[in-house]
Amino acid sequence: MTTTAADAAPTTGDGPPSDRTVPTNREAMLEKIADLAEQHAKALAGGGQRYIDRHHARGKLLARERIELLLDEGAPFLELSTLAAWGTDFPVGGSIVTGIGVVEGVECMIIANDPTVKGGSSNPLTVKKGLRAAQIAAENRLPTINLVESGGADLPTQKDIFIPGGATFRNITRSSAARVPTVALVFGNSTAGGAYVPGMSDYVVMVKEGAKVFLGGPPLVKMATGEESDDESLGGAEMHARTSGLADYLAVDEYDAIRLGRQIVRRLNWRKQGPSAAASYAEPAFDVDELLDLVPSDLKVPFDPREVIARIVDGAPEGGSGFDEFKPLYGSSLVTGFASVHGFPIGILANAQGVLFSEEAQKATQFIQLANQTDTPLLFLHNTTGYMVGAEYEQGGIIKHGAQMINAVSNSTVPHISVVIGASYGAGHYGMSGRAYDPRFMFSWPNAKSAVMGPAQLAGVISIVARGAAEAKGQPYDEDGDKQMRAFIEKQIEEQSLAYFTSGLLYDDGVIDPRDTRTVLGICLSAIATAPVEGARGYGVFRL
Amino acid sequence: MIQKVLVANRGEIARRVFATCRALGIATVAVHSDADADAPFVRDADAAVRLPGNAPGETYLRGDLVIAAAQASGADAIHPGYGFLSENADFAAAVRDAGLVWIGPDPEAIEAMGSKVRSKELMAAAGGPVAGMLEPEAMTTSDLPLVVKASSGGGGRGMRVVRDLDALPAAMEQAAAEAGSAFGDTTVFVEHYLEHARHIEVQVMADSHGTCWVLGDRDCSLQRRHQKVVEEAPAPGLSDATRTALHDAARSLVKQVGYTGAGTVEFLVEERDEHGQSVEERDEQSALISFLEMNTRLQVEHPVTEAVTGLDLVALQIAVAEGRALQEVAGMSEPPAPRGHAIEVRLYAEDAADDFSPQTGTVRSFDLPGSVARFTGPSAYGLRLDSGVEAGSEVGIHYDAMLAKVIAYGPDRASAIRTLRGALGRTRLHGVTTNLDLLHGILGAPEFAAGKLSTLLLEERIDDWSAPRADASAIADYATAAALAAAVAAAESAPVLSRIPAGFRNVASQPHTASYVVRGEEVSVAYASVVGRLTPQAADSDDDAVVPVASVVTADRVVLERDGVARAYAVARDGASIDVDGPAGPLDLTVVPRFTDPADQVVAGSLLAPMPGSVISVGVEQGQAVSQGDVVVVLEAMKMQHTITAPTDGVVTELAVSAGSQVESGAVLAVIEGTDEGETA
Repeated sequence: MTTTAADAAPTTGDGPPSDRTVPTNREAMLEKIADLAEQHAKALAGGGQRYIDRHHARGKLLARERIELLLDEGAPFLELSTLAAWGTDFPVGGSIVTGIGVVEGVECMIIANDPTVKGGSSNPLTVKKGLRAAQIAAENRLPTINLVESGGADLPTQKDIFIPGGATFRNITRSSAARVPTVALVFGNSTAGGAYVPGMSDYVVMVKEGAKVFLGGPPLVKMATGEESDDESLGGAEMHARTSGLADYLAVDEYDAIRLGRQIVRRLNWRKQGPSAAASYAEPAFDVDELLDLVPSDLKVPFDPREVIARIVDGAPEGGSGFDEFKPLYGSSLVTGFASVHGFPIGILANAQGVLFSEEAQKATQFIQLANQTDTPLLFLHNTTGYMVGAEYEQGGIIKHGAQMINAVSNSTVPHISVVIGASYGAGHYGMSGRAYDPRFMFSWPNAKSAVMGPAQLAGVISIVARGAAEAKGQPYDEDGDKQMRAFIEKQIEEQSLAYFTSGLLYDDGVIDPRDTRTVLGICLSAIATAPVEGARGYGVFRL
Repeated sequence: MIQKVLVANRGEIARRVFATCRALGIATVAVHSDADADAPFVRDADAAVRLPGNAPGETYLRGDLVIAAAQASGADAIHPGYGFLSENADFAAAVRDAGLVWIGPDPEAIEAMGSKVRSKELMAAAGGPVAGMLEPEAMTTSDLPLVVKASSGGGGRGMRVVRDLDALPAAMEQAAAEAGSAFGDTTVFVEHYLEHARHIEVQVMADSHGTCWVLGDRDCSLQRRHQKVVEEAPAPGLSDATRTALHDAARSLVKQVGYTGAGTVEFLVEERDEHGQSVEERDEQSALISFLEMNTRLQVEHPVTEAVTGLDLVALQIAVAEGRALQEVAGMSEPPAPRGHAIEVRLYAEDAADDFSPQTGTVRSFDLPGSVARFTGPSAYGLRLDSGVEAGSEVGIHYDAMLAKVIAYGPDRASAIRTLRGALGRTRLHGVTTNLDLLHGILGAPEFAAGKLSTLLLEERIDDWSAPRADASAIADYATAAALAAAVAAAESAPVLSRIPAGFRNVASQPHTASYVVRGEEVSVAYASVVGRLTPQAADSDDDAVVPVASVVTADRVVLERDGVARAYAVARDGASIDVDGPAGPLDLTVVPRFTDPADQVVAGSLLAPMPGSVISVGVEQGQAVSQGDVVVVLEAMKMQHTITAPTDGVVTELAVSAGSQVESGAVLAVIEGTDEGETA
């Protein structure tokens, strides 16, 4: 890169400034960001104002109020899977809040039930979101703090909860066995299966006259044994603190529980096991705000990922973009190179022209091996329409080469982070370390789309296949019906490939404002550095 | 010549004398109480001698200890400063008897001037203006108002204003009783009370060769509770005739007494019309002058005279004590005529809003930005600071609440006012409540600018002038600056993610909030991290107050913009204290903690059950006095007996259990309120 910070125009390339700053890009992106805020507001609204007011009237704090109190002053909180259940029949947010926050200087996974949504009861998306948070905690060795107040399983949907939900409790004790502490702050109901959240945790705090932790409540006990009992004697905080010993700390109120939670974390003697960030580094050479100008409102128009990278990675010490491009003259439809983000070294793979050819696949394979050789985490910036099709490419071995890339991604052991900044179609999604390839973190920009292929292409393919079938049977083809069918499919695929939709199914960890990308990556890389970072070993790097 | 001076004083005046001594090459010795052991004046001195204890009667008033300290440290002279032993004739004599040089007038002069009755007689003998001492029995309503004064009085003690003839006898009795207990002298007398008078004083300096210099005059009319607050030189708006009369009277008194050294002759001056009624306009023909007293020492407000004359009065005091001639030392045959105008304000640790009650605390910072002379000068138009405290100084209960004096010198009165007000506006002072806002208010008042001064003016206008510079809206901005800076500071000092934007939220559910206590009231502010920038928010969603825009936010500096005007706030933190300096001056904020440990909420003196158990016996009754170690409760738990004893001497104010009671761990058994140990100390 030859550009310096002195360049006024938001460009990092050697060419003349193009029309990248056309205001419509910015307006379109700001509109999408505003819409994202509206979608997030659905999750923030929890069970609605009535239930929020009722909860407050009981002197209780909301899930996010508890989290805000728990976090260190000035510390960030990266909320995850906020749009869980978007596009499903369940309330957006999944009646649970998860995220990475700093408590007493320790990066923790924080999991809080939202008691305003059906009493905090778990639906299938709650379970899925909770398990994803547990996976992130386990992979990155993050201590977990559970802020518990849940009415248990949402019984009508128990079939999708009961069996998979068991992993929730297994994960807590596996974390403990891995010497990653777990803390449960119990504010309210934590009954039946839910009782095993405090039950399995290393440290348990219960709020006086708030926590109710029992396997069976008074009615169930009456049914089972005929014994007359009450909530407090079966599972009150005082009982557990003084009699059963399930509670290690008795909190006088919710604030006190959070204070005790912080006190517990303060004494964990926590040490991160991964690499340290550089002590000093430069902010990006270009204004992060200009990311809004870069992305064309039409996904079919490619854009230069170097422009994005220059606004995400640390600036070069001597000024200019801190991105050192690898193999810039080969396989130019995929940009590869090294940089650092908030002082953490990182290798980057970013789609430049959408399509992946054999050269791009081989370049990616070599680059992923290089990153593994040096224990360097990888960042994938998705904007791909997939691997190239056509006789020439098939004969040139595109499958073999694509397979090499997917092989390298699959067996790479350095942490991956994926950000979908545009399209993520077809096997390109796989090769770029899509959800199924277990990136440590995966986020989408609001303009992102993920699907097997573009909606128009998919509808067109179905149309061609249907027309072929009709011709084979010698039947006339219904052109009007075809038109309607194509419009319908296009609309359906369009909706289902939207970032909200994929995020709703937990296929990413959240939809983010592009301007927050650098910060989000910084938080993720620091979380990743809580566990050791080690690349795959075996053969030397294959020159492909 | 004097080689080593012991200053029998503390605070700013000790530092002031040391400064001149250093300039002259004279070694310095401090004496100090225990509370002052770490005070700046002790560090300023070449040597220091401890006076055990804290009360003035044990320390700075103990002439015998001071003289012993001088002898132990090898000092050959003692400078008394002002207050304490400075006007104690016996002490002055004892110093001389000990073979030491006394930097002050002869004991006889001190003694003569120490009595108001005697000094009035001397002034009368010198032909000066003395208000007649009146016959209490002969008073009529036309004589009202009257004032009863104690002969040995000062600082308003032993003084009563009488507006009703029937109240006169009682006032005299009270004044006599008060004077008797305060000064050991019940002599009182009655004068006409000059209600709209100004306090004007004349600085004199006389040597032992018969030279007496009158070094101009000062107006010290702005007083609260008979304590001066603002002083200036020369006294503004005096007619030449009045000024000459004052100077002549002062010179005559000095001659009459044979006075040597620095002294101040104090007068009340009231303008009157032909009917004897006071008027606001100055009328040189009818100025009524009344001699008050002579102070036989350096005055607190001497710096304004130094500024306008260019003389170092302490250097002259030392020279006179050495027996040298003023002309020779000063290098001039006549005293310099005052040039320009100087104003001094006294910075007190006191709460003007609470009847000037003295305040205590630790000075966390004290800074007067800009070019400021210290203890001498200024040599050109500008500022001078005479301060007894600096960052880290403790302001305690034992001594005078004056922290420092700020002096401005300008070509004319208006310039001096502007310079001084500007300096006070920029002053950074945290940790102790002071009268800084009041001083700033006085200097901004039109009456003060117009020179319409009287001894009652300050108390009449106190409510307006002491209004805090920072109103509720300003306090909210200070708190916002504090909160934003605190967030950045916390983020930057965090062990992880220290360069991630402070308070970052990818999904903002609610603003960050912070609460502070400012002047006893809780203030809450809110802010959010918007795309990595800290942005003030309305603290209350119903509040339609416009929040400022934060254009710069660092750990120690925040710039807030309102209506396109950017104003900077400097923020410093020390534990729960946050000190903010902004456009309305310094403001101290105390963080309201997010959490309170319930253990801290137990009543002090509570005895708690160490473990659950049952009470075997109770050894006390409610209200009973107990001594340390007395058995209060015997508890049986885990088959072991635990004896709970009184931790200190005190009284059982609460007894929560009786024999047979079952108690939980941490339950309050009894509360014992300790007796005050301070009284036995």
